[in-house]
Amino acid sequence: MSEAAAMHGPAAESHLPPGAGKRETYVTLRTAGQLAAIAVASVRDVLGGQRITRIPLAPPSVAGSLNLRGRIVTAIDLAIRLGLAGGDPRRARISMVVEQDSDLYALLVDEVGEVVSLAAAGLEENPPTLDRCWRQVARGIHRLEDRLLVVLDVGRLLDLGGG
Amino acid sequence: MDELLADFLTETSEALAECASLLVQLEHAPDDQALVGHVFRLVHTIKGTCGFLGLSRLERVAHAAETLLDRFRDGTLAVTPSGITLVLRALDAVRAIVAGLEATRAEPPGNDGPLIADLDAAAGEAPAAAAGTAPLPAPAAPEQGGGSLLAGQGTGHSPEYGTGQSIRVRLALLEELMTEVSELVLARNQLLQLARHEPTGSFTAPLQRLSRITTCLQEGVMKLRMQPIGRAWSKLPRLVRDLGHELGKTIELVERGTTTELDRQVLELVTDPLTHMVRNSADHGLETPAERRRAGKPEAGRISLNAFHEAGQIVIEVADDGRGLATGAIRAKALGLGLASEAELAAMGDQQIQQFIFRAGFSTAAAVSAVSGRGVGLDVVRTNIERIGGTIELRSSPGQGSVFIIRIPLTLAIVPALIVAAGGERFAIAQLGVVELVRPGEGTDSAIERIGEARVLRLRERVLPLVDLGRLLALDPPRGQVADGDGFVVVVQVGPHGFGIIVENIFDTEEVVVRPLAPILRHLTLFAGSTILGDGSVIMILDAAGIARASGVCTTRAVAVAPPAPPGRIERTALLLFRAGDETPKAVPLGLVARLENVPRAAIETAGGRRVMQHRGQLVPLVAMPGISLAAPAQPVLVFIDGNRSMGLMVDAILDVVEERLEVARSADQPGLLGTALIAGRASEVLDAGYWLRQAFADWFMRTDAERAPAARPHLLVVEDSAFFRDLLAPTLAAAGYDVTTAMNGAAALRLRDQGLEVDCIISDIEMPELDGCAFMRAVRAGGAWAGLPAVALSSRTGAADLARGRAAGFTDYVAKFDRAAILAAIAGALRAHAETAAKTAAETAAKTAAKTGR
Repeated sequence: MSEAAAMHGPAAESHLPPGAGKRETYVTLRTAGQLAAIAVASVRDVLGGQRITRIPLAPPSVAGSLNLRGRIVTAIDLAIRLGLAGGDPRRARISMVVEQDSDLYALLVDEVGEVVSLAAAGLEENPPTLDRCWRQVARGIHRLEDRLLVVLDVGRLLDLGGG
Repeated sequence: MDELLADFLTETSEALAECASLLVQLEHAPDDQALVGHVFRLVHTIKGTCGFLGLSRLERVAHAAETLLDRFRDGTLAVTPSGITLVLRALDAVRAIVAGLEATRAEPPGNDGPLIADLDAAAGEAPAAAAGTAPLPAPAAPEQGGGSLLAGQGTGHSPEYGTGQSIRVRLALLEELMTEVSELVLARNQLLQLARHEPTGSFTAPLQRLSRITTCLQEGVMKLRMQPIGRAWSKLPRLVRDLGHELGKTIELVERGTTTELDRQVLELVTDPLTHMVRNSADHGLETPAERRRAGKPEAGRISLNAFHEAGQIVIEVADDGRGLATGAIRAKALGLGLASEAELAAMGDQQIQQFIFRAGFSTAAAVSAVSGRGVGLDVVRTNIERIGGTIELRSSPGQGSVFIIRIPLTLAIVPALIVAAGGERFAIAQLGVVELVRPGEGTDSAIERIGEARVLRLRERVLPLVDLGRLLALDPPRGQVADGDGFVVVVQVGPHGFGIIVENIFDTEEVVVRPLAPILRHLTLFAGSTILGDGSVIMILDAAGIARASGVCTTRAVAVAPPAPPGRIERTALLLFRAGDETPKAVPLGLVARLENVPRAAIETAGGRRVMQHRGQLVPLVAMPGISLAAPAQPVLVFIDGNRSMGLMVDAILDVVEERLEVARSADQPGLLGTALIAGRASEVLDAGYWLRQAFADWFMRTDAERAPAARPHLLVVEDSAFFRDLLAPTLAAAGYDVTTAMNGAAALRLRDQGLEVDCIISDIEMPELDGCAFMRAVRAGGAWAGLPAVALSSRTGAADLARGRAAGFTDYVAKFDRAAILAAIAGALRAHAETAAKTAAETAAKTAAKTGR
């Protein structure tokens, strides 16, 4: 349970100034050196240091399963899912727990960053030059002042058949 | 109101189901007054409750049905099939309205006028009264119902309900309770684990109590969820009746084991597959009455349902006495769908071909009928059954019908599991399928043996295929390869198949709550789910059936089961496949082989013109199969042991061990081979082990010990064209102490003689194609090695003329074909007479010689 434990739930949205246009709230994350973001609303929990049980013969991006307060959660190694050269697969990582069709999944990342609120209108389509693996899972891109933020779509991330 | 309505809906659905099956019974027993009374009361109750709740449309339909039933009850009208059909139609209408009520909380609109008119007409009522007042009824608004509840207060339910012996419980509540109990079990397990490391032991006693209570609670909740399987069947009598009318068939439904209980979740999941199989049997399985008459069967076809508990599982059988599966049509369809090539199909047996009906999109019904044959068929049934951890088998014999056998677990929720390790990871395996745990090695009755690439476990008299779990799961072994004899073997049973799973370690057993795998992992068929252990870690649960399929220890054809074996024959035999001389694989029952050895060339000696090898200080005679290569540096040898004698059969290579039904399709005309059989999809020659044993001993002992009497077991030649009778007779004779060689007709027998086969007595059928028994015997008596042998004729015709004809041809004795005792007596007599004659001749010769010398 770490620095990010305080940002559960979509509460951030209600603090938005009225009339600011439709905004979306994201949480940023870093995996294998890459910055990305997912919608805060889809994140159920963030926890660290979990024991993960390997699942033989599972797709490579499935790191295993873990016990989240009595529920079994399937862990996805985000670095492998995004085709990034991951570091040591056994290193302790942070689980961002997301829900998909009432099943829980943990996205394993190296670092959970900040919660940002961005204008929905600012979301641009994926540039055609984006890597194929990223294009399949990215919902679009936000241009921030100093960097680009790729917004990942949880549903597509978990669609391993398509990846 | 809502609760009251919900109660009404549940009650009515139950009453409707009961009514439907009672009506079908009534059709068969129209004079059963008690039955009529029962149906009447059920309908009356429905009607009464409708009025009570202000459900006017329902009430009118129920009233009309009740009126007709009343006429049946008071005897004014006779119970007729058309009357029953009308009441059933009324029940259908009630069911449709109830479904609408359930969905919208209001009676759906609809016109029941014609139905009510028909019912009234049948009951002899003036139709105008009912039909005239039955325009589209206004849908009853929920508020109306509420109002009538108040209005109707005090009328109460019929006395059948509310006896105080049982209460209704919301299903969701039961489910919640089950989930909580599952969690409780997990927490208990966790506590037990912790207490083990607690030094003072002060928790032990209260924990044990907690544990016992938890177990009781768990069992109690499980029992709450149990329901009789008859519930899944309740709609079937009606279904079968309607199907019968629709298809023009007379179908009788027999139900046994209706009270067998199983978990309601399982019950729900199995209802649809069962319904489908009954449809399938009615539509495809049973013949029309005309066809049945022609086949000499009773006109009414029968579908039997049976359920019983067996080894923690529930077994459900759906059987019909119909035509059986049309293998030809299935073969053609499989070819058409590209499921198999012609060559593959040609190599398959009937049972293998029958298994295609479980493949997706497979339906052989030439025309798509309303009943079945919509292409969503048995593959869906099979998938659904397997999804709940069950298996389905099919047995079918032409002209006699088919039976589907479903085995499903009693519950899916909590199962005792064995925790094992492979590849450094822990896995759980449901104990249900585990037969035993074996630590193979020296000094035990089990050993892992390597045959070619495959490893097998020899366990007492069985030989089981082995699966290395770590390798199957593509896990790296923690330290080097698991050596033969290291680790453990978990022997499991999947349907009819036993096999062993090699694991590194076995830890413990634990009750686990099976959680389904996440959807992204559903393709991993090796796992039945996952669970959380007492120590809090997640663990994968292995699926024995999935392992069997993935590893090929039971292939598709093996998962499906062979038809019932004829009596006295072993269903499946472990067979050792090897190559000798030519490319055709040869097979011998593994049980006959004592050892397999790879004998170095240098260790094979020649003594007196015979090959021998040494084994534990004894010389073991070796016999080479014809045509084998003797150039290899080491020779594979099958060692047979018969009593205290052993011999080695030299072959080219050991190929494999398979477990198959040994069915010798065609007898061989070559000595030393019993015939050809389809084994592992290939035509293989089956070895006559007895022949090779005799080869070794006849030769060997004649040279070393000329005085030795011939082998203690007389050798009989059975000449018989009927494979059935050969199969029947050969084991009988073998059991009576004879060695038996069979030939399928006289000509084949004579070829055996010319190849040098030595026998002590001939037993021959008379009526045979090609060369009949009498002609065969004349040929035997005409000269050659067998000219002086005793010979017994077998025939179904035992008239005086037949007897005379047999004796004239040269038979020593003549007996009726199916008289086992007479056959055995005749053979013993013939052998004795022959031996006496031989002794007498020898004595006479000796006397003559003595006389000559003396002269």
